[in-house]
Amino acid sequence: MTLSITAPDSAPTPPAPAAAGRGASTPPPTDLKVETLSVARVWHPWRWFATVVVLVLSAQFIHGLITNKTWDWKTFQQYVFAPSILNALKLTLELTLYAVLIGFLAGIGIAAARLSKIPLLNVVSWVFVWAFRSIPLPVQILIWFNISALYKTVSLGVPFGPSFFDFSTRSLFSPFVAALIALSLHQAAYAAEIIRAGIISVDPGQSEAAAALGIPRRRQFLRIILPQAMRAIVPNATNEIIGMVKSTSLLSAVAVTELFYQAQVILGRNGRPIPLLIVATFWYIVVTTVLTIGQFYVERHFAKGAQRHLPPTPIQKFRTKIGHIALVIRRRSAEGRIATAGDAR
Amino acid sequence: MSAPTPALDIRGVRKSFGSLEVLRGVDLTVRQGEVTVILGPSGSGKSTLLRVINHLEPADTGIVQVAGEIIGYRLEGTTLHQLPEKKVLKQRAKIGFVFQNFNLFGHRTVLQNVVEAPVSALRISRKDAEVRGRELLAQVGLSDKADSYPRQLSGGQQQRVAIARALALDPQLILFDEPTSALDPELVGEVLTVIQDLASTGITLVVVTHEIGFARKVADTVIFMDEGLIVEKGTPAEVIDNPKEERTKRFISRVL
Repeated sequence: MTLSITAPDSAPTPPAPAAAGRGASTPPPTDLKVETLSVARVWHPWRWFATVVVLVLSAQFIHGLITNKTWDWKTFQQYVFAPSILNALKLTLELTLYAVLIGFLAGIGIAAARLSKIPLLNVVSWVFVWAFRSIPLPVQILIWFNISALYKTVSLGVPFGPSFFDFSTRSLFSPFVAALIALSLHQAAYAAEIIRAGIISVDPGQSEAAAALGIPRRRQFLRIILPQAMRAIVPNATNEIIGMVKSTSLLSAVAVTELFYQAQVILGRNGRPIPLLIVATFWYIVVTTVLTIGQFYVERHFAKGAQRHLPPTPIQKFRTKIGHIALVIRRRSAEGRIATAGDAR
Repeated sequence: MSAPTPALDIRGVRKSFGSLEVLRGVDLTVRQGEVTVILGPSGSGKSTLLRVINHLEPADTGIVQVAGEIIGYRLEGTTLHQLPEKKVLKQRAKIGFVFQNFNLFGHRTVLQNVVEAPVSALRISRKDAEVRGRELLAQVGLSDKADSYPRQLSGGQQQRVAIARALALDPQLILFDEPTSALDPELVGEVLTVIQDLASTGITLVVVTHEIGFARKVADTVIFMDEGLIVEKGTPAEVIDNPKEERTKRFISRVL
């Protein structure tokens, strides 16, 4: 569409010649005051169409939620803040927190080993990632849960020589510990690859400059490379953490009373699957939402210096928008007053 | 006979990347406080030579001495023992290096860029390093940019920060790898002025550049390199205005 300039209503302009037609630009008159021009935006009919479709579908969905009795919102209400569910949620969060912490700390080490110049470390870290990415998480959970069948005792000592401490495997590997080991090892393998990806995405000139300045190696990694790698790491890491929140639900198979297990216990008792599945879903959504918001601000923190100016946060954007709308309303009403004053005259 | 120790002494340096021999036996001595400009077509080995000097690329054969100290090795009898990385890093801290692409740390402010190495490599207190850092930023004309991030600066300003960052380690020798090649023509001057000011402070400078005018004005010695060898060496008047070698003549006539 060609540029068409529409003068504001208040400015009297001669009517455009009919021959010009729609979309064709008339040559501007010589006495045109450029300051008085306003821009008429391009009309996007498909945007409006899409908006209407989305609104209709949403309304239908909400209508279904309210009118379909099987959703059983009463039962949902009864259980969503029930102590048993909240305790289970707490366990889910604890498992996630520990698994992610252990997993990512180990992941940093494994990624560093993968990228180091020491051949043995390269091989060991490669094998670790290969092994723990190969085993499905549910299988790994069951293996750790049954580890006492494989080894009756765990001892600290010299290989083939005397042992100093002996533990019974069964007492050492409580379901919680077994679960945590499985989740952490799984997480470490994936975290290592995410961190390695972040590190190799940093311009090699950065470590070269750091080396040329004589900055010690550890510090090069921790202060120069890793903070810049975080920009690539954070979105993927958040993905992984959110994945981990939901992977804890696999532990229901070994009777760890996390959120999903607890929901299943209750629905087995009262025979109302839908509302209890929604209770669990509700909390998974809440946790994911909190993590997503956290991701935004962490990303913003590590974007320091990567962009000339940081983009505004949604809250800042919202404020600007409100301010903008208020400004338009004020201007409109001011214009209206002038117009009515003109009519009165 | 007892000549003072040269600031830089390169002997028989060879370096190959795969089957390509980039440096084919380079010998060069640079006196204390001298400004040496290295000219030559791309691919002639100029940048590699600079990177060999501070051991970013170890030479295949030959040795580099800075102020009488062999870089990257310890000589015992006729054996060169590789130095551990820690020691090499310490040696590098005495040699400034300015990159073509600046390589400023993008996530740290200008002042933090300048302060990082003195604090972590020389173990100077952060406070003292910051005082010195601000002095250096003033010296390169960027006092007001201390708290900006590199990407908020023009290319010329970024390169001046990079020079301040190199100076923060109080080096006796600074290597410049095409410091103005990534800059808009109108920003080249501000960087060259800063380098020219350094020339009068007694720091030894080795500058790889394509700026013939700068070489003529500032250099004590001009070196012309081609295909991994030093083809010609002399004063600017000799090498730039009256080159003897055919290869140098052709190059100079094309860039002038």
